[in-house]
Amino acid sequence: MQRKKYFARTRCREKGDIAAFATRSMRLMTNESDICIGRPGSLNTGTDRASPGAVAIAESLVLRLLRFVWSDARHLQIMALASLLAINFAIIDFGARPASSTCALAACLFTQFFCSRLAHIPLDLRSPLITGLSLSLLLRAGEPWMHAAAGAIAISSKFLLRIEGKHVFNPAGFAIVVMLLLSSGAWISPGQWGASISFASLAGFLAIMVLHRARRTDIAIYFLLSHAALLCARAVWLGDPWAIPLHQLQNGSLLIFAFFMISDPRTSPDSSLGRFLFAFTVAALAHYLAFFMQMRPALYVALIALSPATLLIDRVLPAPRFAWTAPACKGVSP
Amino acid sequence: MIRKISARLKVGVALLAILSQLAAGPAGAFCGFYVAKADAKLFNKSSKVVLSRDGNRTAITMASDYEGEPEEFAVVIPVPTFIERRQIGVVDTKTIDHLDAYTAPRLVEYHDDDPCRQILAYRSRLQFSAMPAPASVAVALRKGVTIEASYDVAEYDVLILSANESNGLVEWLTDNGYRIPNGAAAVLGGYIKQNMRFFVAKVNLERMKLMGNGYLRPLQVRYETAKFILPLRLGTVNAKGPQDLIVYALTRNGRVEAANYRTVKLPSGLDVPLFVKAEFGRFYRAMFDRAVERENMHAVFVEYAWDMGWCDPCASEPLSNKELVELGARWIGDDGDAPFRGGASAFVTRLHVRYDAKSFPEDIVFQETHDRENFQGRYVLRHPWQGEASCAAAAAYRAGLPARFASEASNLVDLTGWERREVEAQMANAGQPIKLPSPK
Repeated sequence: MQRKKYFARTRCREKGDIAAFATRSMRLMTNESDICIGRPGSLNTGTDRASPGAVAIAESLVLRLLRFVWSDARHLQIMALASLLAINFAIIDFGARPASSTCALAACLFTQFFCSRLAHIPLDLRSPLITGLSLSLLLRAGEPWMHAAAGAIAISSKFLLRIEGKHVFNPAGFAIVVMLLLSSGAWISPGQWGASISFASLAGFLAIMVLHRARRTDIAIYFLLSHAALLCARAVWLGDPWAIPLHQLQNGSLLIFAFFMISDPRTSPDSSLGRFLFAFTVAALAHYLAFFMQMRPALYVALIALSPATLLIDRVLPAPRFAWTAPACKGVSP
Repeated sequence: MIRKISARLKVGVALLAILSQLAAGPAGAFCGFYVAKADAKLFNKSSKVVLSRDGNRTAITMASDYEGEPEEFAVVIPVPTFIERRQIGVVDTKTIDHLDAYTAPRLVEYHDDDPCRQILAYRSRLQFSAMPAPASVAVALRKGVTIEASYDVAEYDVLILSANESNGLVEWLTDNGYRIPNGAAAVLGGYIKQNMRFFVAKVNLERMKLMGNGYLRPLQVRYETAKFILPLRLGTVNAKGPQDLIVYALTRNGRVEAANYRTVKLPSGLDVPLFVKAEFGRFYRAMFDRAVERENMHAVFVEYAWDMGWCDPCASEPLSNKELVELGARWIGDDGDAPFRGGASAFVTRLHVRYDAKSFPEDIVFQETHDRENFQGRYVLRHPWQGEASCAAAAAYRAGLPARFASEASNLVDLTGWERREVEAQMANAGQPIKLPSPK
């Protein structure tokens, strides 16, 4: 009974805030009292009188950590992207460099901090972390400062390019397109992932999506299905073996695009039908750019070119606007 | 009498033998495929392709170690546009060999100095990798095949074909004496639907005799297209096992990489035991085999990527402006005999790919990056000091040698997968014992 109350209190007080969590954790570590874990000894009925407090603290820390991670889809996304970056540095090199990644992350976080101050809004570092990690994984440049520039462009676009209170472009996608078009030293390396990483990424991203029951990431599936259907149609038209479209789908950057860019709930249409239309149109334009115009960054260009259409789609097919929330308190996820 | 040219071909094409040694077994063809009249055996162990690219302007130069009767040589290459006579040429084999030598993976040698004299006199020596007509345009419709142009190009008769459907093209080629491998029609069909033409070349024996070359020179085709691909698929149709292809990409801005396959730099810069010097070919072959295995034969390997304006150390004399222009780097402007020393930007990327139909189902799509970071496949021999040395530093130096040798052995085992015991035995024979002699 007491345990249930304890869990309930913990859940209700969870605010999904990194800083608050860190502060509470520190207080726990230093045995300061906390309203949610104020009676740790009551959770342990063991005979060892010296350890109940420590066991309860450890237990509650783990539970809190899990609950915190669970509280927002972005936490799992950050973990997935950070894992991919770690794999890049430690196991399979697909082109990310520590200096460039550091620059991208630092620029995103700093720009978010700076712009939040200017805009007088609470600081939330989760979205810029995702943007920085995406830029680290997808963008290649001769000099690290270009990643810093990309990070600054990405986050500032979120604050500057807004219509009706909603930013128009996915920040990382916008920065990639701007860097590719305007700088002479940036490129993307879509072929560097390899099949094993691609399969692992697909499994991981799908797991995040399914487990978290995120309401708007259906667009990732719409996009992947549209993209796959177009590749298969092309293979049928050309008489190619199925190995070719299968090979074309084994692409890690395609997955990051699907699960982190086009599925960005802040820049995708609000209605489900709108999201399907948008995903299919982006896939079709990207297909045309890639195969008929021989454009390598076709996905990003298609997304950014069509992003303004989301405003129109939202007017024609209105639906409630998305806001990041803590699903544990809203009952969205368990 | 028909003169056999295979011997000359072997000399002419496979001069820089290290990489041609890599493909020991018979194989198919490169970006096109060879077809033959009658039932002659076709072999194409490894191929070299120079791709020069400036914006959409592309030049593709193809050399192969074709071994067979010259009248049986024929090549079919899909090209993205119609090709005029002025867009076709032949290139001196020596020019490609020079580029091959210049970019080849290399073994470098250093000699330790007298440990008692802390003056770093530097001597290095390179061991190179084995060093070892009037156009008549005729249009004929037959079986849906159009001969868009017919050209005399040095020792070759060249046709530019277009087709409505693949079976007609296969039938036309078969009727005209070309042996088309089974399964080619399906691949040709895909190219036909993409509006690609077919560059068909065979040898004109009379002109070849008149020219007195005795061997086939590499063909070059130049065209302008957004497509930056290497059509490998035709080459896998009649292939017996994996084949090797070396691509030398000359570009203006930076390194070239595959956009639809992993591009991986080969291990480089590692110290290896001295006995490797005598068998660098075997070493490199084993190392490349292992690298291919590590990537499950799904990767393109970088062997060299460097600004053409300089080299360090240089594996051969720098290419001249004339040679670079001959290979398609026309943007450099000057086509004189002087060595290319920069000015205009030219970057070379040497890519080595081992492929078959299963591991490379799709044609390789390339892209030029802005990466100008230099890279070379380089393996280092360090000779210990052999002279007299009796100071305290010399004792420490000698005591440290076994650990150094052990490290070299580990490098070699990691690179090649060879048995460590065998490596250590060969090192001991070469005067590099890993264990200190036990004190008497």
